[in-house]
Amino acid sequence: MEFLGLFNYWVFVVLMMSGFYLFLASRNLIKKVIGLNLFQTSVFIFYISTGKVSGGAVPIETPGILIYSNPLPHVLILTAIVVGVASTAIGLALILRIKDDYGTVEEDEIDAQDVLS
Amino acid sequence: MLAIAIATCATRNLFSAAMLFGIFSLISASLFVVLDAADVAMTEAAVGAGVSTILMLSTLAATGYRIQRRPAGRQVLAIGVSVVLGAALIYGTLDMPKVGDPISPVQTNPIAKRYIQVSPTETGIPNMVTPLLASYRGFDTFGETAVVFTAGIGVLALIGRRRRRNGALLVPNEVPENSAQRHRVLRVSGKQLIPFILLYACYVQAHGDYGPGGGFQAGVIFASGLMLYMLLLGIDEAERIISPKVLEKLIAVGLLIYGGIGLLDILQGGSFLDYRTLSHNPQHGLHYGILGIELGVGITVTAVITSIVFCFAGHLRSHIVERTSQAEIPSPKETPAS
Repeated sequence: MEFLGLFNYWVFVVLMMSGFYLFLASRNLIKKVIGLNLFQTSVFIFYISTGKVSGGAVPIETPGILIYSNPLPHVLILTAIVVGVASTAIGLALILRIKDDYGTVEEDEIDAQDVLS
Repeated sequence: MLAIAIATCATRNLFSAAMLFGIFSLISASLFVVLDAADVAMTEAAVGAGVSTILMLSTLAATGYRIQRRPAGRQVLAIGVSVVLGAALIYGTLDMPKVGDPISPVQTNPIAKRYIQVSPTETGIPNMVTPLLASYRGFDTFGETAVVFTAGIGVLALIGRRRRRNGALLVPNEVPENSAQRHRVLRVSGKQLIPFILLYACYVQAHGDYGPGGGFQAGVIFASGLMLYMLLLGIDEAERIISPKVLEKLIAVGLLIYGGIGLLDILQGGSFLDYRTLSHNPQHGLHYGILGIELGVGITVTAVITSIVFCFAGHLRSHIVERTSQAEIPSPKETPAS
């Protein structure tokens, strides 16, 4: 586990940046949403790993176990996941309406249509 | 995980990007188990790998899978920005405590000590996550349930009413249900699973005090059971089992149960969401309160996720109907006009 130390955080940073890159670089709106989700999930992993204690147990009281991981990040992320999927659904619903009205989900084509109209 | 993330960036096929993201979620769920977060893993497995992948795939079915090739200028800029930001973040982590360090600030904070050492004896509930979610941070969870509620309303407003606007077109079973004939093995074997999934969701809901579980987890598991039914038998059949109107009402009912319990506490002489006033024995009152609001959360989450999935499926169905009717009907209509 010594090897994990800070290396764990670096992996999360790289994951987060790949989500960020996807969000910035792609002009397809759906791919942007996937990038945002990637970003979001890596932040979740980061939070959960701050709550981990080496040798700790799942925070459910059991006789004979003294060390538990911190339950606070778990609670925060638990609700954040459900809120995250709900907001993703909003985003995808907006994309569906954009597709209906513009006939495309590519950002620059939508901009071009806005300029023309 | 890194490989999957990079593959998600690289692929030009949106279908494979969505599937890769589903796999990514599943792996992160197993990572949560390793990191001692059983409740979170349960939610992530149901939400990330199940619901959000289905939502993305049903969006893709309406918009198409391919991405056009783009000029490289923007990509280079984006890579530059991400690398600089990533380097800054890595520089920031150099000061952070190691993962699993027992004397890191997160672990030695008096709040963490209180939640771990005092909460099980104070509340009589072994699972520390549940009272923390429902009681100590009850206001927070109330707000989050309200956000889920608002998101559900938003999706209903954006794409929910659409199929009722041209509802005259949509006679049930008008869409040719190819899948029902094609995937008979899937349908028969999948149907056997559904009762167990729903039963498991009820267990998770009721057993949240003692094992990993609670309203959010039960809600997403129940919703994925209903979603499986919809995938196997089609949206028409699923809406016959549980109608969208009932779901819309349930969205509000769950939040009302939560708020109602809070108001009941005030009427009993306590403060908002102070469950100890609900019974003569404060600890019993706490248990009733937590069970009640977990039920409220469970109902809202189930109803919101199910109605979101139904909205997406209904939107897709109206697309298919339009496409088939455009292919068949307009051609004779256009000839007299021209």
